[in-house]
Order: sequence, then structure tokens, then C-alpha cells
Amino acid sequence: MLLDLTTTTLVEWSRWQFAMTAIYHYMFVPLTLGLALMLAIMETMWVKTGDKSWLNATKFWMKLFGINFAIGVATGLILEFQFGTNWSNYSWFVGDIFGAPLAIEGIIAFFLESTFVAVMFFGWNKVSKRFHLVSTWMVFVGANISALWILVANAWMQNPVGMEFNPITARNEMDNFWAILFSPTAISKFTHTVTSAYTLSACFVVGVSSWFILKKRNLEFARKSIMLASVFGLISIILTIYTGDSSAQDVTKTQPMKFAAMEGLNEGGRGAAFTVIGLPVNDPSLPTDKMKKMEYAIHVPKMLSFLGYHDFNAYIPGIQNILDGYTSQSGVTYPSLEQRMANGRTAIDALKTYKQAVKEENQILADSTLQVFKANYSDFGYGYLNSPYDAIPHVPLVFYSFRIMVGLGMLFVLLFAVSLWYAKKRKFEKFKLIPYLALFCVPMAYIASQCGWIVAEVGRQPWVVQDLMPTNVAVTKIASNWVITTFWMFAILFTILLIAELKIMFHQIKKGPETDN
Amino acid sequence: MLKKAWYLYYDGFKNMPRWGRTLWLIIIIKLSIMFLVFKLWLMPNFLNSQYDSAEEKSDHVFKELTTKP
Repeated sequence: MLLDLTTTTLVEWSRWQFAMTAIYHYMFVPLTLGLALMLAIMETMWVKTGDKSWLNATKFWMKLFGINFAIGVATGLILEFQFGTNWSNYSWFVGDIFGAPLAIEGIIAFFLESTFVAVMFFGWNKVSKRFHLVSTWMVFVGANISALWILVANAWMQNPVGMEFNPITARNEMDNFWAILFSPTAISKFTHTVTSAYTLSACFVVGVSSWFILKKRNLEFARKSIMLASVFGLISIILTIYTGDSSAQDVTKTQPMKFAAMEGLNEGGRGAAFTVIGLPVNDPSLPTDKMKKMEYAIHVPKMLSFLGYHDFNAYIPGIQNILDGYTSQSGVTYPSLEQRMANGRTAIDALKTYKQAVKEENQILADSTLQVFKANYSDFGYGYLNSPYDAIPHVPLVFYSFRIMVGLGMLFVLLFAVSLWYAKKRKFEKFKLIPYLALFCVPMAYIASQCGWIVAEVGRQPWVVQDLMPTNVAVTKIASNWVITTFWMFAILFTILLIAELKIMFHQIKKGPETDN
Repeated sequence: MLKKAWYLYYDGFKNMPRWGRTLWLIIIIKLSIMFLVFKLWLMPNFLNSQYDSAEEKSDHVFKELTTKP
């Protein structure tokens, strides 16, 4: 056994710390991504039409963008600190692959955003209309390109491609940058994340504008903002659903255990049914408590197969099938997890022997063990598991998070369709339910976003790098008390930042747009 | 060009509204805490703080990967 339970507290607290920091960080990010695009569209409308109300709207929403940007900026750096302190084995293991996209992100974020954000805020009446507009568009481009690199790095962890492991340095080295950048996982992760961020921003604009409607203030400004954000939101949520579908197909192929956990699916098969809702409960007849029986489930026949492969009769493996070994829809046969654990242990032993052979200059032994290592490297991480059941993520958390995300996504479709319809007919304020629904959807959009990340990140457990490195191997052996202390320090700092953001933002919203009456 | 850029920043900061100044204060305090307290004191890079050379770091991780308890 290569792992024991003494590391559990340290691993759990390190995970909690990373999760808490990431959750707080992602409270600031999506509004920056989407509002930047809406600002650019609003300012373009002003430059094209000369309509001053678009200028007023741009300046008001730019103020809220600025507050969110200022409070949120650099919060992601704490995650990078954690890589070095709490996840040093992981940081070394992934090496340049994770480092390169993050470095590009840092440079782009610094130059593009810091330059053009300054022009965007300080440049009114100092630079030409068109240069100011270009700057606003560049802020949008910069923010979204930053997101691209972060998400490419994250996608690589979910589906490691374009690299080769160097057994001497114990690092993965990038051998195909384009394979990493254009992997289907990277594409679906980026497109799904940014379109969902646009949806959240549209919910924010419709919700805040609805507050003005309910207060009977700045009505023309509010109507204009609602109209634009509803169109923007409707397009965004449709794209979010479309990219979510691509993401589901990718997960089916690259992370079948995550897909099975999303469904709480124990026994898969051809024409698998989709569970709309159900109650995952323990069942003593199942081999482990990590697997759940689905009570009171409402199913849609064959729909899961369709979601996974766009084929109603496609084969979808369940958790038990993955444990036992299965042949995928594309004809690839995967051995049982017991076998993959044995392969992983063979790879670990071969790596150890190889290094010793190189040290002793025993070339024949080095060559033969390197071959063994390479043949088993795809199952490397399984060698650290104590039991096949360790490969099962937390089913109820993933199952419910997925349904909350999808359910709220459907609610947003309704919100944008209804608000657009009534805003177009200038009847938005006549039906009080709609502005109240819009207000309700602002926090719901944040919950949906966080649930999406829970599905992605909890769903891939125990892996920090899919199939290659489990979380408990990635962690640095430091005192768990230290991690607990810093956890609470980060929690306090981020809570203060969030309160500051909300306070300043509410104050500016109450003030409203400056020149509109 | 440089003079214009300098003036843009100078004038922007000089005529910044109160809420803008508050935000800058928050940013400065936040970055100070992050870099002076967290980075320097609480969250040092483990491998950099324990080992000098890349080889030593590599040996440590190699040991972790192959002799994990």
C-alpha cells in the first residue's frame, strides 16, 4: 500500500483551502468576462448612433465593472501560492505544461488589461471616441484571453495530452503545444465557461435594471439595459447549453467515472436513461457506500446515451462497469480498476528501478524498465489507490450540483425569453413577477456557476491529473495545522473583500446612472 | 506619447471620485497582505524553500512518487 490515512487531514484541508479560494475567486471572474463584452457593445451603440443614453448606460455599468474588477483582481494569485506551498509534488510533476499557460496569462493580463483598463476609466474626453471604444473592446479581449489560458491549464488536468513524462526529472514535458491548446476538453471547457459567464453577466444586468424598474427610477436607462441584456443573455444561455452538450460528450469519453457520478449510474448499458431527479441513498447490497441507489427517480429513457454520444442506443458505462472493466462505444477496451491498479504499481516500480539503473549506469536494465514504465504510464496514478472504490467521486454532491446547474440554466432561458418579450412590448414593469424573478436570478446565476465548477472538480476526484496523479500524492507533506490556519486567514480576507465589493456596489447602484433622470 | 500617457494616469488618479480612491486603497491593502504576509511568510514555495537546485527538487519529488508512505 502506497498510501495511508495519516495524510487524510492534510489532504482534506488542502482541498478545502483550494476549493474555498477558487470559489471566492470565481465570484469575481464571470462578471468581469461578460460585463466587459456588454460594455463594449453598449459603447459601440453610442459611437454608432450618437444616442447619449447608451453613453450613460456604458458609464454606469463600467462603474460596476470597475468595482468588481478592482476587488477581484489578483485573487487568483492565492491559488498559485497554494500550488507552490500545498501542492508542490503536483507543481513539479506538471512542470512547464501548467507553467507555460499561466505565464502567458500573467503577461497578457498585465499588459492588455492594465493598459486598456486605464484608458477605459481615465480616457473619457482625453482620447478619441474610437480609441476609447477600441480600449473597451481590448479589455474584453484581454480578460477572455486570460480566461483561455487558465482554462487550457485546467483542461489539461482533466485530459492530459501533448506531453511526455521525463523519468529522470520526474516531470511532464510539453511536446505538442497545439494538442494541449486545441484538445476537445480545452475547447469545450473554455467555450462553456465563458458563455456561462456571459449568462451570469446578463442575469446581473437584467436583475439590477429590474431593481430600478421596481423603484420606478431611471426607467429609460433600465428598459434599454434590460432589452440589450435579454438579447445578450438569451444568445449566451443557448450557447451555454450547446457548449454544455459538447462538454458532456467530451466527459463521456475522457472521464467516464465523472459522467457516471453525475448520473449516479451504477449499471450502465446501451440506451441508458437520463435521471431528471432522484434521491441517492445508501444500499447495503452495493459493494461500497460510495455507490448510491437512486430512489424516487424520474427517468427519460435512452436520453443519457443521447447526451453522451448523440445516439439513443450508445453504450454508457456505469460505476460498476468501470470498476469491472468495459468496452467503450468507440470500441476501446478498458481493464478492471484492479488491473489498472496493478499496471500503475508496475509503472511506479519500473520508474524506481529505472532511476537506480541510470545511476548505476546499467544501460540494459534502464532500457528494459523504461519500456515497462512507458507501457504502463497511462495507469500510473492508479498505482497509488488503496482500493478500486477510491476512484469513485462523491456521487450525491456531483449528482445534485449538476441538476442545480442545469435546472437554473433552464430558468435563465425562461427569464431572458420573458423579459425580452415584455421589454419589447414595453410591458416589463406591468408584471411585477418578472422584475422580481430577474432579481432572484442574480444570486442564482452565481450558484449555477459554482455548481458547474463543483461538477467539474469534485467529479474528477480522486484525480488532480486524470489517471496520472491522485490528490493525496499531489499534496506537500506540511503540518496540517498550518494549512488550517491559512485556510481561516484566506476565508477572512476573502469575506472582507466580498463584503467590501457588495457594499460599494450597492451604494453605486442606489446612486444610479449620473445623467439620466 | 509618453507625456500623454503619463498625463492620462496622473489626471485620472487626481480626479478620481471617492469610490475610486476607496477601491485603490482596498487593492493596495489586499496586494500588501497577499505578497508581504501570505507569499513571504505563510505561503512560501515549498520546493524553493527546501532545495537549491533543480536536481534536488527532482530527487525529492521522485522520492515522493516512488516511496509514498
